[in-house]
Order: sequence, then C-alpha cells, then structure tokens
Amino acid sequence: MSEKVLMKGNEAFAEAVIRGGVRFYFGYPITPQSEIPEFMSRELPKRGGKFLQAESELGAINMAYGCGAAGGNGFISSSSPGIALMQEGMSFLCGAEVPVTLLNVSRGGPGIGSIQPGQADYNQVTRGGGNGDYRIPVFAPASIQEAVDILYEAPSIADKYRNPVMVLADGLMGQMMEPVMLPEPKHAFTSEEIPAAKPWAISGSEKGERSVVKSLRLQPEVLEAHVEHLYEKYAEMEKELEKVECEGLEDAEVVFVAFGTMARLAREAMELLEAQGIKAGMIRPISLWPYPYRAFDGISQKTKAVISVELSMGQMLQDINLGVKGRVPVRLIHRVGGMLPTSLEVVEKTKKILEEVR
Amino acid sequence: MKPVFTVTKGMLPVSTSYCPGCTHGVAHRIIMETLDEMGLLGKTIGVAPIGCSVVAHQFMNVDMCEAAHGRAPAVASGIRRVHPDKVVFTYQGDGDLASIGMGEIVHAAARGEKFTTFFINNGIYGMTGGQMAPTTLIGQRSTTSVDGRSREQAGMPLKICELLATLDGPDYIERVSLDSPAHIRAAKKAVRKAFEYQVAGKGFTFVELLSTCPTNWGLTPTEAMKRMREEVTAYYPLGVYKDTGKEAE
Repeated sequence: MSEKVLMKGNEAFAEAVIRGGVRFYFGYPITPQSEIPEFMSRELPKRGGKFLQAESELGAINMAYGCGAAGGNGFISSSSPGIALMQEGMSFLCGAEVPVTLLNVSRGGPGIGSIQPGQADYNQVTRGGGNGDYRIPVFAPASIQEAVDILYEAPSIADKYRNPVMVLADGLMGQMMEPVMLPEPKHAFTSEEIPAAKPWAISGSEKGERSVVKSLRLQPEVLEAHVEHLYEKYAEMEKELEKVECEGLEDAEVVFVAFGTMARLAREAMELLEAQGIKAGMIRPISLWPYPYRAFDGISQKTKAVISVELSMGQMLQDINLGVKGRVPVRLIHRVGGMLPTSLEVVEKTKKILEEVR
Repeated sequence: MKPVFTVTKGMLPVSTSYCPGCTHGVAHRIIMETLDEMGLLGKTIGVAPIGCSVVAHQFMNVDMCEAAHGRAPAVASGIRRVHPDKVVFTYQGDGDLASIGMGEIVHAAARGEKFTTFFINNGIYGMTGGQMAPTTLIGQRSTTSVDGRSREQAGMPLKICELLATLDGPDYIERVSLDSPAHIRAAKKAVRKAFEYQVAGKGFTFVELLSTCPTNWGLTPTEAMKRMREEVTAYYPLGVYKDTGKEAE
C-alpha cells in the first residue's frame, strides 16, 4: 500500500530500497549518511532481511558482492571517501556482473575534506575510480520524492542488467525532511526462490548446471569478448536509462545546468531573474551516466550562455561541453568546501556572465 | 566387483594448472572428497581468492565465485546472509589472507561467521613469482628478500592460527601439514571436523594447511616436502589451537 509521510531524507532512502525489494544491507558508519545503517539495523530484521555492519568500506562492498553473487538484493550506502574505498569492488561487481544498489550521500573533498554537502564526486561516480572498462548508471535526484522513486526502482534495474546502480544524493538531501509518497512494497526473493529466479547465482543448489561468478579471464580473446559483451549492455543502458528534465529552453537567454540540490537553487534563481526581465531555462540531468547530451540540442538561438551551477570546481563542465558542442559559451557558478551559493549570488553572477558574453 | 578407489565427483575431470609438487592439488582433493563423502556437494558455495588458486573454481565441482584480493571472508559473509542453510567456505593463500586480507579474516573470525576458511600457507607469493609473504620464514630467500628475510628489515612472520585463537568468535582452529600420507590423512580429518561443525550450526571454523611451493622455494618436490616437515613446522607447530566442541566435553 502506498502512503504519504513526512520523512528525513536518509530514512526515506532506506525505506524506499526496502520497498524496492532489498533485504540485505552492508555498511560502515560515515557522516552524513549514518541514519541509513541505523534505520536498516532496526528495520531489516523485522522485514525478513539482514543487516551487517562491516569492518570497513572494503568489507561492505565485498559483502555486497557476495550477497549479489549469491542472488540476494543488496544495498550499500556511504559517503564520498567511503565510496572511494569501494571503487575496487565496483570494478569487480561490473566485471563479474553482480547487481547491487549503491547510495552515495556525498560530502566535501579532496581527502577527508569536510562533512558538509558537496558535488565533487561527479568524476568519481560518472567516470569510476576502479580499474578496467566498466560503467555504472548514476542517478541524481533533486527531491526526496524523486530519490524515493529512483531508489525503489534501482534494485530492479541492477537485477535487469546484472550491474551495480548508484544514486547520488548530497548531505543536504540526506538531512532534510519532506513529505513523500512511499510506493507499495515489491516482492523480495527468498533464498528458496533464488535458484529458479537467478540461475546464474551461486546458490549452492542442485539446479543442473554449476554456477561460477568471476571476473578473471586470462585468455585475451575471452576477456575481449567479455568486455565487448559488457559494452553491449552499457549501450542498452544508454538507450533506456537516460533521464533529464528541461525547462524553458525555447526562449531562454541563459540556461542553467544543475543536478541534485543545486537544481533547486538554480530554479529559485530562474524566478528571480525572470522578475528582472531575464528569461532563464534549465537542463537538469537526472541520470549523470548516461548523460543527457541530446538535451543540449534543445537550446535555442536566443541563448547567450550555458551556466553550470555546481558544488565542485566544475567537474560537470566536460559533459556540458560535449552536449553544447561549442554552440554557446559555457560558464561556471560554483562554491566548494561545503559552502553553498545563495540564489541571489547565482543571479548576480549570472548577470555578470551575461554582460561579459554579450 | 567392488571398486577399491573412485575419483571424487567433487573434483572436475580436468588437469589443474598448479606446478609439479605443489600441494594445492592435494588440498583441493581432500576438501572436495570430504564434501562428497558428507553428501554436501550440491549444497556448498565456495569462494576462491587471488593468487595461484584464483582458478580453484575450474577444478572444484561446486558453485563458486572469485573474491578480490584478501576479501574472501567479506564475500563469504555476504553469501552466508543470503543462504543461511548452505555450506560456505573460503580457500585463501597466505598473501591473500595474512597480508592484504588481514582485516577481513580477523573480523569474520571475531563475528563467529558460520563458514569455514581453508588457509593455504606456503610462505611465499606464488602467482606473482616468489616474493616475500607475511609468513615467509626468517632467513628464507625470496625475490624481495634475496639474502633471506631478516627481522631488522621485514619483521617477523605471522602465526595466524595462534593470532585467531586469541579471539572468542571462532569455534575450531587447527594447523595441519600436507607433507606426508599420515599428515594428509590428519588434514582430511580436520577438514571434515570443520565442515561437521559448520553443518551443526557452530560458528567460524579455520584450517591452516602448511603447503609447498617447490617452484618459488627453488627446491625439488621431495626437498620441498622435507623442508616443510623440518623447517616450516618448527616455526608453525601443528595442532588444534581452538576447539569449542572439545572444551564443552
């Protein structure tokens, strides 16, 4: 049964994946997402699931690998430095085609950085920090409701492609409260149902053929064929998983590009600019990989500048430039270190940029 | 006529990729024979490490996965959560378990995880070509200790059974050796006991199998067996380090 409730971001995220079919959680405490393991430790045992606090992020991602390889729907949450530690595991999960749902409630960096919100994980999550040719779909919701809807579907997407799926939130979203509509719980496979539902999984059952989950392929021609196979899968994901929201592109003088909480801030700046007679539009990538490059073809002749509004030193600019293809000047409005721009600050900087490009 | 010997169904009918005289083949066989004899082959999930035995799944006839270097105990902990009624084991070398994977093995043991770890200790990194391992003996030559391991330069070898036996989590810890038919029979008994404890619902079980690496020790297979019997067991004494079943008796 779906229901409307007021929930804190981190708890809503956790509830959404449970309703999406997750029954196993592996995690290591890290700010600003520690409410998630706390919630999972309380809730999963009540709902036929299991919670395990790992000895480290390395432990957590590899527990999730074992869980996924065994056919379970696993979930891990962490924050930026913890996600960095998990990158080796993500490469293994992709190579061995093991599904898992990941949530990164990102914070500042580099290094231990800060515990304040940040978006400087863009390269880490869209390019991947692990070795080899692999891809992980990444979704960046801008509201708790959108995060809930995506996290609810993420386990099914991970299962469909036998690949990890990541949701990127930031510390702001994890900590804020919003009313959300919680969807009806999906069926979660029991261990008895796994051999039939996922015959490839290592379930230790006499199902005819033995299962082996692995990423080692020592013969060059075998590994090449495997990587080509992975990329056929990634091509499918590019077709099916791209998600973007565009607003007011037809007559915009300036177009903001922003994801997550920065999209909410850019939305406010759009209204303030409109009141001053400047039409602003927005491209809000919801999937960061696959990136919605084609959305940039919707930018009109009237647009004088495309501005990325980011909590990083402009990590998204590379993708924006690939979408814009040199047709319009591309600029950046940013704050880092856990500092947030105000909407007024965005308005002032936008006006300056417009003067400069006119 | 009743056959006096049959090959276990637990081993796939293929040649292994291990060097002549290496004891991985013996270790594989006694583990898989035991599972076969206990009727557990169709109910078992194994985890292979990184190292020479990364390919164990090509020889062991059960559902298996590979783990990243050192992470097999974490992977097995994940598998165990999904399948509480199956038999789960990890098979790990000394570089994998005692060096890069020390965090995972200690915590799995401390949690009393309900799986069995087979620890193949040959005191060297085999697959990468004979570098010093955390278990390499003092004075032993390797490609990263060409004059022999020294305490001053590399510290002392790790005794894993002794270390894990300080924890309250494990139910059974034994060190065995694969240097002679008598010791191999004793090793098989230890393997069986570990699986019996696991099936009975006990916690973490651990069998260290002292093994040879003639290739990287620079010895013939016979000399390697002799060295294991004389030098290696002197530093790594055989025996039961923990047995909660026995303590209860």
